[in-house]
Amino acid sequence: MSESVKSKNRGLSLGTRKFLTNNVVTILFVLVGLGGLKVSGLSIPFFLDDIINRVARNGFMVLALIIPVLAGLGLNFAVVLGAMAGQTAIIMATHWGFGGIGGILLCVVLSFPFAYVMGLLTGKLLNKTRGKEMITTLILGFFANGIYQLVYLILIGTIIPMNNEVLVLSSGVGLRTTIDLTDGLKFGLDNVVKIPLTLFSVLAGAAAAAGAVIQYLVRRRRPLGGKARLNWMVAGLVFGIASMVWGVYQMLNQSMFSFLRVPAVTFAVIVLLCWFIHYFTKTKLGQDMRTVGQDSHVADVAGIATDKIRVTAMIMSTVLAAWGQIIFLQNMGTFSTYGSHENVGMFAIASLLIGGASVAKATISQALIGTVLFHTMFIVSPLAGRVLFGDAQLGEFFRSFVAYGIIGLSLALHSWKKRMQGKLK
Amino acid sequence: MAKGESCILKMQGITKDYFGTRVLKGIDLELKPGEIHGIVGENGAGKSTLMNILFGMPVIHSTGGYGGAIEVKGNPVSIGSPFDAMKLGIGMVHQEFMLIPGFSITENIKLNRELTKSTLFSKIFGPRLESLDIEAMGNDAKKALKSLDLGIDEWSKVAGLPVGHMQFIEIAREIDKSNIKVLVFDEPTAVLAESEAENLLKAVRKLAGEGVAILFITHRLHEIMAVCDRITVLRDGGMVTCVERTRTSMPELARLMVGRQLDEAVRIHPDTSAKPLALRIRNFSVDMPGETAKKIDLDVHEGEILGIGGLAGQGKIGIANGVMGLYPAKGEVSFFGKPLPLNNPKGAILEGLAFLSEDRRGVGLLLDMSIEMNIVSSAMVIQGKFLKKYGFFTQVDKAGVRRHALETIKNLDIRCKGPDQSVRRLSGGNQQKVCVAKALALDPKFLFVSEPTRGIDVGAKKLVLDTLVDLRDKLGLTIVMTSSELAELRTICDRIAIVNDGKIVGILAPNADDTDFGLMMAGDYDAR
Repeated sequence: MSESVKSKNRGLSLGTRKFLTNNVVTILFVLVGLGGLKVSGLSIPFFLDDIINRVARNGFMVLALIIPVLAGLGLNFAVVLGAMAGQTAIIMATHWGFGGIGGILLCVVLSFPFAYVMGLLTGKLLNKTRGKEMITTLILGFFANGIYQLVYLILIGTIIPMNNEVLVLSSGVGLRTTIDLTDGLKFGLDNVVKIPLTLFSVLAGAAAAAGAVIQYLVRRRRPLGGKARLNWMVAGLVFGIASMVWGVYQMLNQSMFSFLRVPAVTFAVIVLLCWFIHYFTKTKLGQDMRTVGQDSHVADVAGIATDKIRVTAMIMSTVLAAWGQIIFLQNMGTFSTYGSHENVGMFAIASLLIGGASVAKATISQALIGTVLFHTMFIVSPLAGRVLFGDAQLGEFFRSFVAYGIIGLSLALHSWKKRMQGKLK
Repeated sequence: MAKGESCILKMQGITKDYFGTRVLKGIDLELKPGEIHGIVGENGAGKSTLMNILFGMPVIHSTGGYGGAIEVKGNPVSIGSPFDAMKLGIGMVHQEFMLIPGFSITENIKLNRELTKSTLFSKIFGPRLESLDIEAMGNDAKKALKSLDLGIDEWSKVAGLPVGHMQFIEIAREIDKSNIKVLVFDEPTAVLAESEAENLLKAVRKLAGEGVAILFITHRLHEIMAVCDRITVLRDGGMVTCVERTRTSMPELARLMVGRQLDEAVRIHPDTSAKPLALRIRNFSVDMPGETAKKIDLDVHEGEILGIGGLAGQGKIGIANGVMGLYPAKGEVSFFGKPLPLNNPKGAILEGLAFLSEDRRGVGLLLDMSIEMNIVSSAMVIQGKFLKKYGFFTQVDKAGVRRHALETIKNLDIRCKGPDQSVRRLSGGNQQKVCVAKALALDPKFLFVSEPTRGIDVGAKKLVLDTLVDLRDKLGLTIVMTSSELAELRTICDRIAIVNDGKIVGILAPNADDTDFGLMMAGDYDAR
């Protein structure tokens, strides 16, 4: 078959073709997103405002998925458990009347033990269901949902004493279906510092440019070839300077863009997590995780405690997911007690996959690009649906179709690739 | 052996039982620094088990441990895990590469022994979060590669390297361990080309020169003769002898390795050389991974039992699989004078060939189906037997199936609760008989049998072999039996073809000299 394919694609260079086939999903979504943006007639500042908000809200959760992929556990649908831990912490903090950044920090601390235990149990379970990690985490999410409902619907007020007229149903048993965070944790993180988009653009551009140059000068012993290193440096520099110029230009023009505000601390937290994941892959533990992910038999023979590493990866992912959910909910300002966590895994995984990640490989940039693209679909598709078909509902359908479709497609592609590799052996 | 020199490793009276079967019967082994010690033996002689014990592999400890004592540098040790072995300075170059293709050479060499440096993070969260010292790791890798005279970039990925290089990376990994004292090579040249094997032997000598004791496991006798100082011969889990290289010869080693194990009950071998050819194979190559056959020429006469022997991985299994069309094959095959279509399993069966696969539980049987359905399945699917036709529809002829099954169970003496018992619950020997029954339901003229006694206990082995002889005597079948166990080939076969490196080295009578068998299997027959 390679013969015929080769002759058909003779027009493109090998590198271009490889780039296209490897990134076909991402490219497709960029095109659909741009098309939808055009059709919907959204103004760019409005769109930017929304997307900034959504990336700040969801980015952390998507990044929480990377570590299990590194460790060969595939896509961790059990981030839902982390989300439950996060919500538990928020309910506790709200009940005790904490708010603002202090309340957020309290949530971070409170959610840790819950998430840790859940991650530990999930990891132990996954060690017993080797090779079926993804379906296990998916079903585990549903199962945990049952326990979660039991606790908050029945045990609250009967076994767990809780006197709170706002949170608990009038019967005294079970939590209300919606919890309002407006007077407490809402924007607890986002509102610490909010800076104009233009200033943010200048600062981020400066950081990127400086980072690129420093990276180039300091890390010259990296195994990356000289030319590739130079390319990265130039790319970072160009991006940074362009971002700075754009920011200054908009600032001087007093355009619509200069009225947008960016939750700087939330973004700082996301950047910090990116840096941590980057650093982590280059630590001993990270290297062990990558080894286990690549070939757990070889890792075993090399004396790496495979099972322990897998559990560690699961704990890290669950804890990060708990914190991700806290960031998500403080931005939303209100949450549905029994529903907010349900689609968290699905949407985060769809985001990651749209960014070009697979079951076996995921990077930070894929997570970030994927989050932007997936939420572009979210913003654009109802409007585009209304313009094209006169019905916003259709866009809504398209959205969930995309979320589930992309996951199914990616899983099918992965197993197909695996089979082809098996045949070649 | 000079008494003055101290042993680096001493294994004494090592025994090992697997589920009541003794697979190692008191092995003694002594190793001095700088010595190259060869271990030879057929498949199943106990070489791998002995090495697994030395490495504390989980498979040993999960099956009840071992007997005997191991001393390192005169101190008794107990090796409970591969990690213990590593700490004692025992390293191994595996037969199958323990490499991660997606990693660079450096990362592979430093696998789980990465050099790290302390960072702010690691000071808070513990040493597991120390960052890798990439530069130092690269330098170490470079040094190890250099000591093997291997000029490749230490940062290139392992995926895509030639096999020979992969082997050297494994060796480099072991050398890089600063405390390495004993290095085991398990069939290191099995996957290498001639020139690569030469390089490897050179590297082995160089390492020994630096004082590392080397255990060299191979079945290539000429390599043993080329590099080893002393040679231990194993056979059937027992230790035959330990000799110095200068006091032995290749033919002697071959004889010791094979040994005379068959009972002397001589079978009458009917002379079939005058009978017409049942199968004529010319220039026949099979692309079966791990068992490639290359340009085979073979004649099988009607009514004979031909054995195909040889060591694992040499290609003997490929022949039957190729003729039956299960793996891509090319060449010329004629069956009773008629050309046989290749790469067409259904065609081969319709012509009257049947095959008992070496993978009995995987390919041969439908484990969770009943005995009777297993027996008739091939005949039903391929030949349309045991079916009732209703216009366009067909239904299983249940009464016919039951009748045939009961009859076969009686004829072959399959011990079971009844024809509707599932095959999974049967013993290995009875499962094999179901396979035979399944093949016979096709009414074949010709039967390929691969490894018929693998995984079957000793008593049942004889029954299976007797069944095969009966099939020839009573039904006039022509049988080609492939087996790794030379002894069983010699019990029932009329002629035995030995395969080495994908080619037939020679065809011997079952009562031919042990030395000839040994040399042919080791691929050193011409060198004699």
